[in-house]
Amino acid sequence: MYAFAYQKPATVAEAVKLLSADPEAKALAGGMTYIPVLKQRLARPSAVVDLSGLGLAGIGVSGGVVTIGAMTTHAAVAASAEVRRAIPALAALAGGIGDNEVRHRGTIGGSLANDDPTADYPAAVLALGATLRTDRRTIAADGYFQGMFTTALEPGEIITAVAFPVPEKAGYAKFPNPASRYAMVGVFVARGPQGVRVAVTGAGQGGVFRHTAMEKALEKSWSADALAGVATPAEGLNADLHGSAEYRAHLVGVMARRALAAAG
Amino acid sequence: MSLSVSLTVNGVSRTIVLDDPRVTLLDLLRERFDLTGTKKGCDRGQCGACTVLLGGRRINSCLALAASCDGAEVLTIEGLAQGGALHPVQAAFIAHDGFQCGFCTPGQIMSAVGLLGEGQAGDDPERVREGMSGNLCRCGAYVGITEAVLEAGRVLAGREKGTAP
Repeated sequence: MYAFAYQKPATVAEAVKLLSADPEAKALAGGMTYIPVLKQRLARPSAVVDLSGLGLAGIGVSGGVVTIGAMTTHAAVAASAEVRRAIPALAALAGGIGDNEVRHRGTIGGSLANDDPTADYPAAVLALGATLRTDRRTIAADGYFQGMFTTALEPGEIITAVAFPVPEKAGYAKFPNPASRYAMVGVFVARGPQGVRVAVTGAGQGGVFRHTAMEKALEKSWSADALAGVATPAEGLNADLHGSAEYRAHLVGVMARRALAAAG
Repeated sequence: MSLSVSLTVNGVSRTIVLDDPRVTLLDLLRERFDLTGTKKGCDRGQCGACTVLLGGRRINSCLALAASCDGAEVLTIEGLAQGGALHPVQAAFIAHDGFQCGFCTPGQIMSAVGLLGEGQAGDDPERVREGMSGNLCRCGAYVGITEAVLEAGRVLAGREKGTAP
């Protein structure tokens, strides 16, 4: 790590002020990505603003909406009786991120602010049509993800909570990287107030995306059979030593069918 | 910049002034508190050798800034045995050959203590393997580790019911 100053503000307003006053300052949530980034000297922030003292952890359900505070850990979401009851697919997704040590520190807000193209949460946020609340506004999922590691967040803007409308049906399935468990391909399917939405993570070069052809097919018939003729073009998908773009395109179909089976 | 950090480590309150915020919880334990039982493996959150309990939850201590842990309770491998009597997880690792070289063992044991505390594995070997998946063992002692965690789970459950030896 390069040298940095450490700040641990007690209020969101103070954190925003620190981050806005210094463009080289960076926010720290759970640190499961950012601490390794610092250790590898891939970033050189002037200051690290630790968000763990802002009181942003917690889960609430009311009026058909599950609201999860930005600093809520993956383990807390996975274990939450309220989330398991309202959106079991979301609890299951959280319980499949990394390993237990990571789930006890990693946070939903940190994951969404980082927007790793292989992260799990973006698929849930996009497919469920969630709303991100920040210190200054609300951002709809459809306008939030803007490509790999790129989001609608402004400099110094902090996610405070994520609000998920409770769906009628939802399911998630991923093909995990065998060593690290990140999603080589993950598909989240949901049917709810916003219709049918299908989001794919891990596969796209531009990060998470909606699979509109699958959405149309599932609007007609909510079943794995409905996906039989739906193609996933390999163009624009990731290719690496773990699998070609064509292989990932195939996995999108397989994971979508598994997600549907999980959704019931 | 100097930062004052107060922690309860293995039941003992400790306060230290850090001259640099880059100190991780792992480095604080090993290099400032001389608690070298917790091991540094990959130093980037992939191997689990540095696993400790922070507020009762298992974490990779290499991925936590010490300053961020101010006010927290930390339990390390040195705090498990009580008055010379091994913790049931420690005893089970010995009984079932849950290690070879031993480098990953403190992390394995702390992770197992955390897993049993979470109550998410029960007596299902597959769930134990999944629950211990954050801790790598390059000697490949996984079979013994799984058996040790299962037995320790039975011993601890028996203690709660008052039927254990």
